[in-house]
Amino acid sequence: MTIQSHKKYSSDTNLPPLASGDIAVIGGGVVGCAVARRMALEGASVVLIEKAADILDGASKGNSAILHTGFDAPVGSLEWECVQKGYHEYLEIYKGLNLPLLKTGALVAAWTEEQEAKFTDILKKGSDNGVEDLRLLSRSEVLGLEPNLAQSIRAAISIPREYVMDPWSTPLAYLQQALQNGGQAFFNAEVTGGEFDGSHWRLNTSRGQIKARHVVNCAGLYGDIVDQNVLGHSDFMIKPRKGQFVVFDMAASKLLGSVILPVPTVRTKGIVLFPTIFGNIAVGPTAEDQEGRDDATVDTDNLEALHAQAIEKVPALANIPVTATYAGIRPASGEREYQVIDYPDRNWITLGGIRSTGLTSSLGLAQHVHQLLLQQGIQFETIANPVTPQVPNLAEHLPRDYETPGYGEIVCHCEMVTEREIKAVLEGPLPAGSLAGLKRRTRATMGRCQGFYCSARLAELTKGMFAEPLGVGDADD
Amino acid sequence: MTDALELKSCDVAIIGAGPAGLSAAIELKKAGIASVVVLERESEAGGIPRHCAHPPYGLREYKWMMTGPSYAKRLVETARRSGVHILLKTTVTMLEPGGSLSIASPEGPKRLTAKRVLIATGIRETPRSARLVSGARPMGISNTGTLQSMFYLKEMIPFRRPVVIGTEIVSFSALSTCKKAGIQPVAMLEEAQRPSIRWPIHYAARWFGVPIMLETRLVNILGKNRVEGVQIADKNGDLHKIDCDGVLFTGQFTPESALARMSHLELNYKTSSPVVDSFNRCSDPTYYAAGNVLQPPDHSAHVPYYYTADNLPQPVDVAGQCWDEGRITAQWMVKDLQGKLTVSS
Repeated sequence: MTIQSHKKYSSDTNLPPLASGDIAVIGGGVVGCAVARRMALEGASVVLIEKAADILDGASKGNSAILHTGFDAPVGSLEWECVQKGYHEYLEIYKGLNLPLLKTGALVAAWTEEQEAKFTDILKKGSDNGVEDLRLLSRSEVLGLEPNLAQSIRAAISIPREYVMDPWSTPLAYLQQALQNGGQAFFNAEVTGGEFDGSHWRLNTSRGQIKARHVVNCAGLYGDIVDQNVLGHSDFMIKPRKGQFVVFDMAASKLLGSVILPVPTVRTKGIVLFPTIFGNIAVGPTAEDQEGRDDATVDTDNLEALHAQAIEKVPALANIPVTATYAGIRPASGEREYQVIDYPDRNWITLGGIRSTGLTSSLGLAQHVHQLLLQQGIQFETIANPVTPQVPNLAEHLPRDYETPGYGEIVCHCEMVTEREIKAVLEGPLPAGSLAGLKRRTRATMGRCQGFYCSARLAELTKGMFAEPLGVGDADD
Repeated sequence: MTDALELKSCDVAIIGAGPAGLSAAIELKKAGIASVVVLERESEAGGIPRHCAHPPYGLREYKWMMTGPSYAKRLVETARRSGVHILLKTTVTMLEPGGSLSIASPEGPKRLTAKRVLIATGIRETPRSARLVSGARPMGISNTGTLQSMFYLKEMIPFRRPVVIGTEIVSFSALSTCKKAGIQPVAMLEEAQRPSIRWPIHYAARWFGVPIMLETRLVNILGKNRVEGVQIADKNGDLHKIDCDGVLFTGQFTPESALARMSHLELNYKTSSPVVDSFNRCSDPTYYAAGNVLQPPDHSAHVPYYYTADNLPQPVDVAGQCWDEGRITAQWMVKDLQGKLTVSS
C-alpha cells in the first residue's frame, strides 16, 4: 500500500468512484477506528475515510491516555454507558492485540479543606456509577502509597482500576483489525459533500466518490461541519477546547506510580499528573476554549504554569528536565453529554462531541453504533474467526524490540527505537503517512533530545516517503 | 534485561567514543591496562567532531589543524592501533553498582562488568520543548547538531531560510554550516543586550550575510505542517513577524547524562552532571566521568528551561579540552587500579 499525496480537484463530482461498502466511517481518530473495527467484526464491509495523511491527526493525537472507569461521569449518561462498555471491552481485547496496560490506579487528591469537602459527593457519584471500589485514604495512607507527593496533601480517594494505556497504538490496533477483516481505509480523502438516494450514500471526497449504505460520522473536531456539508444541517456545534501538556524526563517515573486527579470543577476535570505508558510523567491538560479546530499550539505561560503545578504536587520534579510539550484539542460541544445523533431515515449516525473520555469510550460507542443499526434491522453476518493483529509494543514496562536480537541498530537513542521497528512501520500494513505518524507508531524523536541525535538518520530512512519530509532537499554545496 | 546472553568483564569500560572517551582509552592502553572497551551507541566512532566539518581541531592533540571528521578519524585510528576495543551500535542501558553495565546490542542483551567505568557521554543542545517555547510544532525546528549531522553525514537539509536562536560559539558554527549547505538564515536572535561571545560578531554576521537582532525574543513559532514564520518581540515589547521555514535553536548545552540520572549515581541537579570528586570519580567510586558530560549547563534547575538574559550560556568545551580531560582522568583511573590513588580533597 502506498500513500498517495493529497490532490485537489476542481469539482468533486468529476472524480471516479473510489470504493464502496456497507458502512462508511468518516474520520480516522480513535472513535472512527473503533467503529470500523466493530462493524468489520460484525461482518459489514467498512470503508474508513480520513482527510489527513495518517490516522490520529486531530483530537486523538493529544490526550492523557487514561483508561477511565467512569467513576465521575454524569450519572445515567450515554458517556457513562460507553465508558463502562469501552473499559470492559478493552480489558477483554488488549492482550490479544498486544496492547499494553499500566495498572497505575488513580488518586483524587485533596490539598485544601474545600477540596476535601467534595469527597462525599465524589464517593457517592462513584457508587451511583457502579464503581464500587473507591476508597478514602488518610494523609498517611496517601503518603505511604505515594511518598513523593507534597507533604501538604490532606487526603485522597483511591480509584484502583483507573489505568494508563498507549494512546496511539490502541486506535492503530483497532483499525488494523478492521482492515485485516475486510475493511478499507483511504487517507488524504476529505469529505466535501454527498447525496443520499434513499438507500445509499454517495460521499464526495477529495480523492473520489465513496458509495455506502450507512454513514457513521466520526469526524471529531469537524463533526458538525461534516454534518452541515453532507447532511445539510448540524444539530450540534463543536467548541474546540485546547489542552496543553508538559512531559517530564523518564527519570521522573521513579517519583510517581499513580494517576493524580484533582478534585474536579464544574467545567473540567482539571490538571492531571500522570505516568505515561512510555515511562514519563506528564502534567496537563489546560482547558482553553478557542475558535481554531487545528490550532494545537503551546504557549510559554501555560507551560510554565503546568510545570509549576506539577512541582507543587511532586516537589522532586523540580530536579527533572522537561522532555516534551504538546497540545491536544478536545471536540467539546458546549453540552455535557456526547452528541450521538441517529438519523435512521437517512442511514446516518453522528458521533459528535466526544471529549476527553473518547479513548476509553470509543469501543463502547462502537458497540452503541452496532446496537442502533440492529434496532433498524440492519444486520450482517458476524465474522466467525476474525483475524487479530498484534501491534508492536512501545510500553516501557514490557519487553521492547531492542531486547530481541537482529534489530539492526538503535536509531532513536532516547526512546530506544530500532531500525527494524522503523522499517516495519514504513513497510507494514497501514504504514505511517507522515513523520508524526511514524513518531506515534515508534516513539522516534519523542524523547529527551527531541531528534537531536536521530533526525539525520530518520531523514535518510524516510526519504521520499512523506509529503512533508524531514529533509527539504539535498544539500547544494 | 536480566537474561543477558553472555557475561563479559574488562578492566575499564568507557561509555562514548567521542574525544574524551577515546583519549582516555588511548591513555589507559599506554599505561598498560590490559582490556579497555569503548561502548559506542552510534554506528561510527568519533563523536560530535564527525559532523563538525570545520577547523580548528587537533591542534592540542596532533599539533596540526584539522577538520572535525578527519580529527575524529585520526582519534579512532589511534585508539584502535593502541589496542582499544571499540564496540559500535552498542548501547549501555543501565549503570549498576560496582561497574556492572546492562547493554543493548543487535546481537541481543549483554552484561559487561568492568573494574572501572568512565562516563564520557558528552553534551547536546537544549531542544525547543525543554525551552518551553510558544507556538505550533511543525517540521523545520532543529538544533545545530541535527543540522550538522543531517548535512555532513547525510547530505540533506532540514530548511532553507531559518531563524537562528542564540549567539554562542556554536551559533556561528551553525552559520558556517548553513553557508556550506546553501541555507540562508534570515535572522539571528539574541535576548540579551550583547551576544554570548566576545567576537566582533557583527562582522561575522556580515560575513555570513545574516542580520543579528539583539534584545529580541522569540515569542511564537507559526506554521501548520512546516514552519511558516516566527513572531518576535523587540526590546520595547513590540511584536513583529519574520517569514522563515525553520527555527534553529543553537547552544544552551546540557550534559547527555540520562544514564547517570537513571542510575544510583549522585547527580548535580543544577548542572545535570554526575557529582564527581577531584579525580572525576562519581559517588560510586567504580565510576568516573570526563569531557562535556561534566560541563555545567546554562540554566539552573530551579527555573524553567528557557533562556533568560542574566543566565548566559557557557560555551561547550571544545574537543581539545575534552581530549585533555579524558587523558588526565585516565591517569587517575590507572592510579586507582594500581591502588595508588590517594584522596586529598
